[in-house]
Amino acid sequence: MIELDDIDRKLLQALAQDATQSAGALGRRFGLSQPASWRRIKRLQDSGAIKGRRLRLNAEALGFGVTVFLGVKLARKGQVSLEDFERAVSAIPEVQTVEHVLGLYDYRLRVVARDLADFERVLRRRIMTLPGAGDVEANVLLSEERLPGPIGVSSAPGPETPDGGSSAQR
Amino acid sequence: MLDDIDRRILRHLQADPSLSTSELAERCRITSGVCWRRIEKMEASGIIQGQEAVIDWAALGYAVEVSLRVTLDKTQARAFDEFTAQARKVPEVIEIQTFLGRVDVRLSVIARDMSHYQQIYRDRILTLPHIADIEALMHIARVKRDEALPV
Repeated sequence: MIELDDIDRKLLQALAQDATQSAGALGRRFGLSQPASWRRIKRLQDSGAIKGRRLRLNAEALGFGVTVFLGVKLARKGQVSLEDFERAVSAIPEVQTVEHVLGLYDYRLRVVARDLADFERVLRRRIMTLPGAGDVEANVLLSEERLPGPIGVSSAPGPETPDGGSSAQR
Repeated sequence: MLDDIDRRILRHLQADPSLSTSELAERCRITSGVCWRRIEKMEASGIIQGQEAVIDWAALGYAVEVSLRVTLDKTQARAFDEFTAQARKVPEVIEIQTFLGRVDVRLSVIARDMSHYQQIYRDRILTLPHIADIEALMHIARVKRDEALPV
């Protein structure tokens, strides 16, 4: 696990908003030299804190008017192979994310479609026909916001201090 | 509207946003000049909105991620607004989505471990206004997460 100081947090937050900013520009903003800024960004990348970049596209302008979240329960009767289900569902282009979850459903899918009719086509022809797919619940996305998370507030009390080893990961 | 070249650019750029214009042009089998102009145009028209760094919360010590599916008390006219306004103030909430369906709002909550999660859940989540019901889905694994649009 990587420890961050306040400047790291600011860099991380700035890059999460716009990953195309140069080390020099970020350095000027946060009072670092270009090489110092570059080294910090490299450390964030090498440690895995930044795991890549995502292109932000306007889905609506590209004709994708509908986003639906599906909760999928696997049919328990037959011996369903999780790998088969995961491989098949990941191969559907309209399925943007697949999360394996514990709770009411087994998988949570994010699906994009041109409109509700198009979504129904994807649901009937591609999702319901997946190996092992059982109950499906659909919720149509109305709005979405991503927040900076616990790095956003450098003045955050309490949970910001790592508590000696109880959080094992990497 | 977009043509085949635009779509090709978007496909390659979604797969690897860090590509330089010349690398991208080569993969799309077009000249750098054409590639650059197309990207400029798609940025100007708002199709390409930007690039963001993807944070791996697990690498930062947040091992737990939970989806909370919240049903609100809709007899309160301002339930949605008041709930989301308060939820925004919880630092461990990294996503807020509102829905049409059985679920009204979904929160993505991250925590360092289960006891930290329990603390957030009790002190910050259950105290949010207008909650009628909450269901939790605990994340085990992300199987696919590119969020690419099938352009």
